[in-house]
Amino acid sequence: MSTLLTIADVVVELPTPRGNLRAVDHVDLSLEAGRTLGIVGESGCGKTMLSRAVLQLLPKKAKLTGRVMFDGQDLARLAPESLRRLRGRDLAVVFQDPMTSLNPVLTIGTQLMETIQEHLELDASAAMARSIELLTAVGIPAPEQRLAQYPHQCSGGMRQRIAIAIALSCEPKLLIADEPTTALDVTIQAQILDLLAREQRRRHMAMIIITHDLGVVAGRADEVAVMYAGRVVERAPTQALFKRMHMPYTEALLAAIPKLDAAPHTPLPAISGRPPDPTRPLRGCSFAPRCRYAAGRCHEAKPALTSAETPGHLYACFHPIQMAAGVDA
Amino acid sequence: MMQLAVRAEPLLDVDHLVVEYGLGNKTVHAVSGVSLQVARGETLGLVGESGCGKSTLGRAVLQLRRAKSGRVLFDGEDLTAMEGEALRKMRRRVQLIFQDPIASLNPRRRIGDIVAEPLIIAGVKDAAERKRRVHEVLSAVGLDPELVANRLPHEFSGGQCQRICIARSLVLNPEFIVCDEPVSALDVSIRAQILNLLEEMKARFGLTLLFIAHDLAVVKAVSDRVAVMYLGRLCEVGPSEQLFAKPVHPYTDLLLQAIPVPDPDVRPVEGVAVGEPPSPIAPPSGCRFRTRCPRADQRCSAEIPELREVAPGQFAACHHPLA
Ligand SMILES: Nc1ncnc2c1ncn2[C@@H]1O[C@H](COP(=O)(O)OP(=O)(O)OP(=O)(O)O)[C@@H](O)[C@H]1O
Ligand SMILES: Nc1ncnc2c1ncn2[C@@H]1O[C@H](COP(=O)(O)OP(=O)(O)O)[C@@H](O)[C@H]1O
Ligand code: SF4
Ligand code: SF4
Ligand SMILES: [Mg+2]
Ligand SMILES: [Mg+2]
Repeated sequence: MSTLLTIADVVVELPTPRGNLRAVDHVDLSLEAGRTLGIVGESGCGKTMLSRAVLQLLPKKAKLTGRVMFDGQDLARLAPESLRRLRGRDLAVVFQDPMTSLNPVLTIGTQLMETIQEHLELDASAAMARSIELLTAVGIPAPEQRLAQYPHQCSGGMRQRIAIAIALSCEPKLLIADEPTTALDVTIQAQILDLLAREQRRRHMAMIIITHDLGVVAGRADEVAVMYAGRVVERAPTQALFKRMHMPYTEALLAAIPKLDAAPHTPLPAISGRPPDPTRPLRGCSFAPRCRYAAGRCHEAKPALTSAETPGHLYACFHPIQMAAGVDA
Repeated sequence: MMQLAVRAEPLLDVDHLVVEYGLGNKTVHAVSGVSLQVARGETLGLVGESGCGKSTLGRAVLQLRRAKSGRVLFDGEDLTAMEGEALRKMRRRVQLIFQDPIASLNPRRRIGDIVAEPLIIAGVKDAAERKRRVHEVLSAVGLDPELVANRLPHEFSGGQCQRICIARSLVLNPEFIVCDEPVSALDVSIRAQILNLLEEMKARFGLTLLFIAHDLAVVKAVSDRVAVMYLGRLCEVGPSEQLFAKPVHPYTDLLLQAIPVPDPDVRPVEGVAVGEPPSPIAPPSGCRFRTRCPRADQRCSAEIPELREVAPGQFAACHHPLA
């Protein structure tokens, strides 16, 4: 299989009134064609900034270093025009709030057809046919009628489906879904995740799913990267990760999810406190103030990403968890 | 009259409550005949998809939205018949916590004043007494009163804002709190902190809770009993353990299957959840779930299923319950 995306030593910094904010801190990741990578972490840990770095859609004042290689091209070196053509065609994105990618004053049909015609050489009637086909694929009933409607006439779940239809319209090689279901109900979440999985298989598309819920990626990603305070702190093939988590943060994230098989009123193992202020980076491990295994070196130095025994499993911790973690946490 | 598994006199007794909204010349049937009871000291969880009427029900319990018909008995007194001073007095005993913690705090007021506000409305004139109460509840929710009282809401994270909201809801020493999706807007890690805090506050202050959420696992973590709502009506009510182990209503079953399991060996079954709830402006005839129900037949569109006891303490409104 060939590597589609390589993120090498990416750093994103943002100037703020409180000082320089390092949103992404030396991240390395790669993704092969047709595979799914899950990126998991708490709010503010840099997931969105990382995906925006890949899309080259960072805020203007942001400073990006490192390299993003997509399909053999260094995205930072592409001319704005080539970049625009690439986004929407080979590289597509779905955001948490579908209204970010939908235009409230244009009908759904216009938006779909515009995207299709901008990137593919199709005449109006072919673009229309393709729009209807896409809306059908994402599970929108009576698609012909939907084309004439505006986004506000649709429910949140419908809007997300439409945003996905637009993202899929030009057969992208990579789809980045940034918390595509966080704003939705569990039932609609399940539908949207099913939809993404189905379309991915059908199109042999690579996908990055970003979420704060390990449950969302468990059954759906080939590989998982856990982020904390701008860094990737653990990365592994999904099976290997859930079989044995090395990083205390990953274990804590999993333990904090309410489990259906736990008795009511069982206290949840919450992670105390919250992530450090990203404008005030810590000298030691960023997780140290909240980590129950923190000791000695943890407060003095940053643990580097280290290889575990299982191939492809990396973790950044001085005192990795010893026993099999499993789901019993 | 239905009696939903409540031992003694319930603290809250909602009886055939109907709440509607006018929308142009149409009617939104938000809550269509809901009856439920909450015993003193109990937590009743209320789950259902977006738009099914959970918040409307919660607000109607507090009389923030008046019902079209039905009764809300609190400690034996009918709130729907109360007005003015009598209602204001009652309201001190019943509080509300909202889903969006940041939006529910006035951005220009200091935390100390925000938390003290219910005391002022209730007519507590002694400033020293107010300050004492504010400090007490802020400490109770895990915030340092000295550090936070003079700061503004924007200086706090979502989780901290929810702690502040909880402190404000506790300041009048209420008996009953409606928690309307208090953790839906929070991350997994902070969510666990707030759920634990609510449990702790409940024990410490002897509270009774109506806990609204759309996530069944979250609801189970804190509830003694759970009520499942769909498009303005209750589908199923029962003790948490029992309802989760043996759901009998097809909708409860669907909600349970839709929860993502954090275990890669449990492959998500694709296609369990289909369709979206129909519009509450023109709800389906008969069983409102029939347009998405795999078991629906003729009878389901002709006849409204009533809640019936299917196992001790477990009630379901379905013509063809799961065995
Ligand atoms: N002020 C209003 N005017 C008209 N319709 C309303 C109003 N408030 C709510 N509704 C409608 O009433 C129905 C029930 O709404 P409600 O807010 O109670 O649902 P909910 O279960 O709390 O949903 P959510 O999970 O999204 O919070 C919905 O269809 C909603 O659109
Ligand atoms: N436009 C911006 N300007 C300044 N700081 C930002 C901006 N967007 C995000 N940040 C900060 O960058 C960090 C990472 O944010 P983000 O990537 O959005 O996190 P996540 O997606 O994981 O929740 C956070 O500290 C956030 O406050
Ligand atoms: S390096 Fe130390 S503080 Fe950091 S996660 Fe590992 S044990 Fe915890
Ligand atoms: S009454 Fe009929 S439609 Fe309604 S839940 Fe039961 S089987 Fe399904
Ligand atoms: Mg984000
Ligand atoms: Mg609501």
